[in-house]
Amino acid sequence: MDLTFSTSELAFRDEFRAWLEANPAGQSPEGEDAAYAFRTQWQRRLYEGGWAAVHWPRQFGGRDATLVEAAIFYEELARVRAPIPANVLGILLGGPTLMLWGTEEQKDRYLIPILSAEEIWCQGFSEPDAGSDLAALKTKAVKDGDDWIVTGQKVWTSGAQYSKWCMLVARTDQDAAKHKGLTYFLLDMEQEEVQVRPLRQITGESEFNELFIEGARIPDENVIGGVGNGWKVALTTLMNERAGLAFGLQVALKIGLDKLTEQASARGLMDDPAVADKLGELHLKCEILRLTAYRGLSTTMKYGQPGPEGSLTKWMWSETNQQLAQAAVDILGPEALLSDSPWAYGLLRSRGNTIEGGTTEVLKNIVAERVLGLPRMR
Amino acid sequence: MNFDFTDDQHEIKRTARDLLTNRSPFERVREAAESGAYDEAAWKELTELGWAGIAISEANGGQGLGTVELVILLEELGYACAASPFLSNSMAGLMIEHAGSDEQQAKWLPGIADGTATATVAIADQGVARLVPDAEAAAVIVFVQDGAATLVERGDAEVEALETIDPTRRFARVSASGGDPLTGDVEGGIARCEAALAAEMVGIAQRAMEMSVQYAKDRQQFGTPIGAYQAVSHRCTQMLLETEGARSATYFAAWAADSNPVQLPLGAAMAKAAASDAARNVTASAIQVHGGVGFTWEADLHWLYKRAQLDAALLTSSRIQRRRIAHASAAAVTPTA
Ligand SMILES: Cc1cc2nc3c(=O)[nH]c(=O)nc-3n(C[C@H](O)[C@H](O)[C@H](O)COP(=O)(O)OP(=O)(O)OC[C@H]3O[C@@H](n4cnc5c(N)ncnc54)[C@H](O)[C@@H]3O)c2cc1C
Repeated sequence: MDLTFSTSELAFRDEFRAWLEANPAGQSPEGEDAAYAFRTQWQRRLYEGGWAAVHWPRQFGGRDATLVEAAIFYEELARVRAPIPANVLGILLGGPTLMLWGTEEQKDRYLIPILSAEEIWCQGFSEPDAGSDLAALKTKAVKDGDDWIVTGQKVWTSGAQYSKWCMLVARTDQDAAKHKGLTYFLLDMEQEEVQVRPLRQITGESEFNELFIEGARIPDENVIGGVGNGWKVALTTLMNERAGLAFGLQVALKIGLDKLTEQASARGLMDDPAVADKLGELHLKCEILRLTAYRGLSTTMKYGQPGPEGSLTKWMWSETNQQLAQAAVDILGPEALLSDSPWAYGLLRSRGNTIEGGTTEVLKNIVAERVLGLPRMR
Repeated sequence: MNFDFTDDQHEIKRTARDLLTNRSPFERVREAAESGAYDEAAWKELTELGWAGIAISEANGGQGLGTVELVILLEELGYACAASPFLSNSMAGLMIEHAGSDEQQAKWLPGIADGTATATVAIADQGVARLVPDAEAAAVIVFVQDGAATLVERGDAEVEALETIDPTRRFARVSASGGDPLTGDVEGGIARCEAALAAEMVGIAQRAMEMSVQYAKDRQQFGTPIGAYQAVSHRCTQMLLETEGARSATYFAAWAADSNPVQLPLGAAMAKAAASDAARNVTASAIQVHGGVGFTWEADLHWLYKRAQLDAALLTSSRIQRRRIAHASAAAVTPTA
């Protein structure tokens, strides 16, 4: 056991810190589109510095970083409060999926533009009638010569309005069993047959959208992982979704909690046992999250796959993040509920954390079946 | 950054699990509880293996290993719910090892390490420690009050046996004054005790969780294993969450004790708080998963539940720990003038 960073990990961290110091991200502008453009610019600078995706192989623009180095990378980004790179779904989900399932041509064609933010990716999985039960999706793709013709509707598609490519799972065999008739495609969003309509969230923003797909064309070469193999490919994407950002999110949570602690302290509230209990509890959860996430990495590095602890961090983080925002309202009072308060934003945005990327209930189902070996749910 | 145990540490864990599976099955825990006496033969065997002195320096008759190794053993002892003076004796060993003078160490540690003269730790307020494990049989008591500690020989203390809900362990109320002061790192000693205690509770939680998961697979109602119902299976995942979280915090505290003492005080507070909550919640939840059977004397779950309650009440309570964590965190973020 050595719970400090090794010399090479420290060297990696210092190198990235030095780069971040020389290349500050700056302040995000107001407005969703402007903020998104700012995140795109930021990702380009990361890419030019060779820091867009450290855990990717060198040949595709990464640094062959270890899992711990990748964790350090996200921690450092969060520490300087850098914006999340614009193409976060491409970097965390699309790229890794392509590296596992894509052909050499596909990797050569798509990976670099993901990193350079030249082509933004979105994830077209969920549908109005297929959320947690993803394999129930109905969007249909029919072969037409060398193309596939796609018809259907997707929903909650984050970043679709900015995207060039959509990771689309569609049904290609109506007669096959639920999980068997699916195929994973890369859909070109720049065509008339794909309409993007923003959906307004409880925060007032529109990160996510509805997609209306009416006879859109996808060339056969854009099938990823083979026809009828879509469920397996989609699972790769979902696995990465659950692992990905954890370290950055964990640091962001800690920064928020430190800020709340500082504010409580400045107001002389630390002598109130109820306040101290609450903050103590949150600091405890935050630290346990960090330790458990690193423990998960050690298991993965040793055994090639995560242990039981690896499946718990998203659940821990999302609930703690919600509790932090609620605690801020309790501790700071009504000012935390004013629209321009970051706590008010957190209070609203964090509700999505236990839904996006798999609901907490679904995560528990997965842990129960795959980790604890309990029988399939009724 | 590597959380993994060394090969030797894995080996300690395996050996401990094997031995305790044989020597301390629930029948033996029950016998000890019902007879009110520890299994002397089992204790002798543990001490002959050198377990009692695992974290005591070789010069003083121990094995010279660290808090991590002690924590590994204690997790397994908790898992077995073993009835023995191991915990109290090793906590006293930690106190004397880290806060005692050479003389005090030479006098007391060899007996602690080979189990021939056991010791315990008492946390007192106004001269009285209200809950002290294994004080009656101890040769010496590490008496802690207001952050200072003294060594009080058994004959100089007033020891009044208590009957608690956990009959797998002997408890007493101890009154004392004076004694031979420990002038070293008392706070560090207590923090190590907290890590050790946390480890026993992680083991308790792990055992209760495993028993529940097994029962949820086997027990059928409405024609299906009860583990297929989410109310049951999600309860089991909550057990896993709390147990793994407490384990992360406990391993961190043990590592800090051996390798990075500046992080020990906060780390130990976190370990104790997380493990107390996990052990109490998981064992309570385990009773619920077992239904009526879980409420019986027969089912053995209650030993774990009771041990969890008493362990959580030892040293500093989790309520106080939370406040400590909050104040330490506030101090870390508040700019000093
Ligand atoms: C901010 C945000 C961004 C998102 N971005 C994307 C995106 O980019 N691309 C994309 O494809 N999707 C995206 N999603 C969609 C997200 O993946 C789904 O919302 C999620 O999988 C849940 O599906 P649903 O909304 O249909 O809810 P439902 O599946 O209908 O669930 C409703 C409730 O029932 C519970 N439930 C459902 N099934 C079970 C079960 N078997 N056991 C126990 N409880 C159950 C759920 O936990 C939930 O509480 C996003 C969602 C949010 C909130």
